[in-house]
Amino acid sequence: MKIKIGFGILVFFALMALVGPLLIGADPAATSEDGLQGPSAEHWLGTTQTGQDILTQIVYGARISMGVGVLSAVIANLLAILVGLVGGYFGGAVDEVLSVLTNIFLVLPALPLIIVLAGYLPQRGVGSVAVVIAVTGWAWGARVLRAQTLSVRRRDFVQAARASGEGPLRIIFFEIMPVLLPVIATSFLATVVAAILAEAGLSFLGLADLSTVSWGSMLYFAQNGQALLIGAWWWFIPPGLCIALIGTGLALVNFGIDEIANPRLRTVKVKVRKART
Amino acid sequence: MRFLARRLGFYLLTAWAAITLNFLIPRLMPGDPVELLVARMKGNVEPEAIDAMRRAFGISDASLWQQYLDYLGNLARGELGRSITFFPTEVSTVIADSLPWTVALVGVATLISYLIGTSLGVLMAWKRGTWLDGVLPAATFMHAVPYFWVALALVFVFGVTLQWFPVSRAYGLDVMPGMTGEFAASVLYHAALPAITIVIASMADRILGMRNVMVTTLGEDYVVMAEAKGLTSRRVMWAYAARNAILPNITSFALSLGFVVGGSVLTEIVFSYPGIGSMLLKGVENEDFPLMQGIFLVISLAVLVANFLADLAYVVLDPRTRQESE
Repeated sequence: MKIKIGFGILVFFALMALVGPLLIGADPAATSEDGLQGPSAEHWLGTTQTGQDILTQIVYGARISMGVGVLSAVIANLLAILVGLVGGYFGGAVDEVLSVLTNIFLVLPALPLIIVLAGYLPQRGVGSVAVVIAVTGWAWGARVLRAQTLSVRRRDFVQAARASGEGPLRIIFFEIMPVLLPVIATSFLATVVAAILAEAGLSFLGLADLSTVSWGSMLYFAQNGQALLIGAWWWFIPPGLCIALIGTGLALVNFGIDEIANPRLRTVKVKVRKART
Repeated sequence: MRFLARRLGFYLLTAWAAITLNFLIPRLMPGDPVELLVARMKGNVEPEAIDAMRRAFGISDASLWQQYLDYLGNLARGELGRSITFFPTEVSTVIADSLPWTVALVGVATLISYLIGTSLGVLMAWKRGTWLDGVLPAATFMHAVPYFWVALALVFVFGVTLQWFPVSRAYGLDVMPGMTGEFAASVLYHAALPAITIVIASMADRILGMRNVMVTTLGEDYVVMAEAKGLTSRRVMWAYAARNAILPNITSFALSLGFVVGGSVLTEIVFSYPGIGSMLLKGVENEDFPLMQGIFLVISLAVLVANFLADLAYVVLDPRTRQESE
């Protein structure tokens, strides 16, 4: 059930990002005379100070926000797979070095590092922002994958592959990696949300490309346009809500998977538990 | 103690990595930071500032190795260069003025959030199947909410609409900083909303994490045994189950600290709280690279210290780490 709701939310936002702009067709940056209108039949989510339609911005913003999220999650996961699987498989000194590197990046606070790196970018396009976020966001995945690789590499089919003379790289990427795909998938989804959050934070600081509409840059303009003091709640509530909903959808999927793996976590009413209270 | 020594070694290594990263970033990123600055400010920079910046980064004609040694030497004397925003103030002075606000705010808020979140997690695992399960969806939602968005919402509701709390600064304009009760009250009053933001935004992780570990622990034989012996529910819940479930929770708490600090930085900005986050924004707005980097370094080191404190708590709570013979 949880998985279904979670997937439903994720699919909804994915469709919004892919198909939404085609349906709406309007230019998200287009200004109009009706500034700071509350939600109405004409503007479902109201307008900004300069009369831009907020719903249009949300739909187009989904593209940028989720695009950056997915792109940097792809990069981060490639790094995580490389570091985690190679370290876990080879063990020894290679593993020691890679583990220390992973743990260092795990402990260092990501956002301040992202901010410093983004500050130095000569041009802050979608791609470069995604790379900067990915550089700081791969460690968690690498750690999980390393732990899994350690247990998989002792299994019979890996031993058999080694005995039949397959090279280490082939074993890592064609024997071990397919087994770990579910783990990679969950870590990918978690990274997407973390990256969306990081992008929102960067844009909110004015450190991403502010000429494109993303949920973060909407919040930046809402904050700088004094949306709060004017009382224009329709301006800053929707972008944050979208980010939180995507995170909820993802968390539901992950918890659902956890509950399948660990039945004790399920929230079914159990008589024994009731008696205990 | 071997456990602590090993952790300490790791933190020293990480501190060195952060320091070295700080040295390498301006050199590895495309473009010369100094020229970037001059270009962005359209030449509006004092020559002294440029000179100070070159010195701060140790950018000179010397070899990279020599530059690195110079940089480490400066750092050892606590010299982080001069801020461009507040020229000619030293970056270390700017940080020293703002850091106490952040440490107090984030420290207290994180402790409150940890205590409430963990207790809620324990209760929710214990009373599974009751109305408390209703907290789960809310926690799931809150767990992905951006900190600064919570801050914006709180400012809107409690600051602007209801006008219960002030929405910016750390103390009122009408009080003089000092050791007076009036000043302390003003500081607490102004810290309320930012602290509530951090508590709300970071609590969900603690609730969910603790609940999951606790639920697993409740199935252990020793919990069943404790119940069979007829111990009180409260004793079984806190002294038997929660006591053990809290160990993995501390580890995940320590790892989440970097995230909490990142969120708090953005929270401070919403409230114009005079902490290190607001300074970081000033640095970003003014292309003040020495300030940005100094803040990154200080935040990193602070997170490392906090991690070490979490390890100390772990050692106190888990007798196995205190065994000499491993």
